[in-house]
Amino acid sequence: MKRSILVVIGLAIIALVLTNILHDEVYYNLQLEELKQKYAIKPVSSVDHTKFEELQKDFQSPQEVTGACIGCHTERHIEIMNSAHWNWERVAYTEGRGITAAGKKNLINNFCIGAQTNEQSCAKCHIGYGMSNDHYDFENARNVDCMVCHDNSDEYQKGSELAGYPARTVNLTTVAQHVGDPKKQNCGSCHFYGGGGNNVKHGDLDVAMLATTRDVDVHMAANGMDMSCTNCHTAQNHDIKGRLYSVSSENTHRLSCDECHTSTPHFDPILNRHNAKVSCQACHIPIYAKENATKMEWKWSDAGQLHDGQPFHLDDEMGNHEYLSIKGSFKWAKNVKPEYVWFNGTANHYMLGDKIDSIPVQINTLYGTHNDPNSKIVPVKVHRGDQIYDKVHNYIIQPKLYAAEQGDSAFWKDFNWDMAAEAGMRRIGLPYSGEYDFVETEMYWPVNHQVAPKDQAVSCAECHTRSADGRLASLAGFYLPGRDYNKPLDFFGTFLFFASLGGVLLHAAIRVIVSIRKKRYNMDIIDYDKKA
Amino acid sequence: MKQIYIYKRFERFWHWSQAALIIFLAITGFEVHGSFHIFGFEQAARFHRVASWALIVLIIFAIFWHFATGEWKQYLPTTNKLKEQILYYAYGMFKGEPHPTKKTELSKMNPLQRLVYLGFKLFLIPVTIISGILYMFHKTIDANDVVVVEDIPLHGIAFWHTLGAFLLMVFLVVHVYMTTTGHTPTSNIKAMLTGYEDVDDEDGEGEIKIAEKNNESKS
Repeated sequence: MKRSILVVIGLAIIALVLTNILHDEVYYNLQLEELKQKYAIKPVSSVDHTKFEELQKDFQSPQEVTGACIGCHTERHIEIMNSAHWNWERVAYTEGRGITAAGKKNLINNFCIGAQTNEQSCAKCHIGYGMSNDHYDFENARNVDCMVCHDNSDEYQKGSELAGYPARTVNLTTVAQHVGDPKKQNCGSCHFYGGGGNNVKHGDLDVAMLATTRDVDVHMAANGMDMSCTNCHTAQNHDIKGRLYSVSSENTHRLSCDECHTSTPHFDPILNRHNAKVSCQACHIPIYAKENATKMEWKWSDAGQLHDGQPFHLDDEMGNHEYLSIKGSFKWAKNVKPEYVWFNGTANHYMLGDKIDSIPVQINTLYGTHNDPNSKIVPVKVHRGDQIYDKVHNYIIQPKLYAAEQGDSAFWKDFNWDMAAEAGMRRIGLPYSGEYDFVETEMYWPVNHQVAPKDQAVSCAECHTRSADGRLASLAGFYLPGRDYNKPLDFFGTFLFFASLGGVLLHAAIRVIVSIRKKRYNMDIIDYDKKA
Repeated sequence: MKQIYIYKRFERFWHWSQAALIIFLAITGFEVHGSFHIFGFEQAARFHRVASWALIVLIIFAIFWHFATGEWKQYLPTTNKLKEQILYYAYGMFKGEPHPTKKTELSKMNPLQRLVYLGFKLFLIPVTIISGILYMFHKTIDANDVVVVEDIPLHGIAFWHTLGAFLLMVFLVVHVYMTTTGHTPTSNIKAMLTGYEDVDDEDGEGEIKIAEKNNESKS
């Protein structure tokens, strides 16, 4: 008997110990080392543009530089003029809408609302010169701005409110002689500053990423692989990989982590199987806006307050604008946990003229459901706010915000919503009733950058939990172990368990009582015998 | 009183390792289910997976053993004395009545046990293990490193697996309690540990039978 007990105890201990030991092995990740080796070698340019005769002159206008570029790179401008960077729109199929041409040119957002009527200022981020209104000549190759993407000298800078022209201080000859592959600075000069300031729009694209640490971004860290944007966003003939669904609609040209890391990058098959329904980003970007805050809320309805007839601003404790007379009130946040949605790579966008059928108005809609095999859970930044709409026609208004001077109906100069709405809608060609109000809106920004070191990845229990704070607490339509359970079954099962426990205890109690009584009875008999 | 050799060596090994595994699987499983927190979800899920494979292997051996030794016949259901057995547990035993059925090497289970254990083997364990295997292989990775998801919805699989788990826990409670209803409260447990059980001595031939048995085992 002793031996049997020992065997049983021994086996139980072995089983427990084995489960522990089996999972603590440390592996050497050869795949990752190969990638590191590949990207550690930084390419060196095979040509030196300072030696080209064509560039040894004093360039008077940026168009002259473009002419010099095209002189050698004879067909490149055609590639560029087919791109959304140039056209600010892309022809795409959208579910429920058909084929449309959509992009920055005609879409709206819930930041500075839209470029239309405000081109003079917004075109600071157009890769061309002179887009000051809606009559821009998209066929003129000399207006292509090669330098904004290809300047390697850090000299080039677009001017403010110059319709895309460079700042007047830029030495064009220096820039022309120092062109090369785009660097972080080139892409960042626009993509970091979307929405009118650093990290305002994306939340995961921050000027800090020019020189950051692995904790912020494992790929771009200065103390890590120091990768550039174009290492991942590769291009063939200026056709660049990667999509952002604030303006894109189709599931094409997307960039995914799989391309380098494969679809089964973990040693643990359980983690690999998550890839069917969970994007890499969902676990590996636990928080975004790690260095600088990003804008989370923007209430246009608060805009227009003046102190003594003058616009003013207030800052929050992080030093970011909390209130601007021209724009309204904001909420900023740092180290933000993303929200999560199902996404299959297709999206819809609010187009000017669309009737408002739900509040908050969905500026863009990311399509996807659990049952869709193309859908995965992706992290998103949701930017919430309110903005002006036409109460009678029930659609969102594109106001005229920018003008150089007062008296041109621009809200930023005249602080008159009625005039701004009237001027904006007249340009677009949609009727304005004269009655406006503000409506809540939401916009979805998939979070793809600021990938954290692997030990900071989201842990299992952050999603597999019944807690209302779980990262996926509100993502419906599927059964998530640890979060979901069948409530009637749990009730029934728990009841049955305790009922059986109570039953056996009752049975045991009766046995004990009966046996005690019997003992007493026997003792009574004995006592009786003794007395007799 | 007499002693009979009722549980063979493998049977005892199987019984106790299965008991340990099921209890361990219940603790880890209900943690994965979200009922409580002990190991943490990640560890609980890992342990559950490893222990489930151990249980499957053990049960494959046990099935082989049942057929190889013919012990499966012990589980053939019968209604003979079933009512008496139920009535005995309901009130007969309080009055000190004797067990209505006798334990022997050839028939070590009473009709109620036969029925319950047959249900355990043919319904409870298969439902739990099959739903568990479906659960485990709900997502698989094919030769092209593509993750393939089963068509059966996970909530259905989880329902059956959880139902099995709850019923197993009910079984565990009642089963453990019933072991105390033998000749003495510990005689059944002792039997499952040593193989030998004290049984009620009906006709006073106990000593002779034990002597015979000892002779048999020696020869």
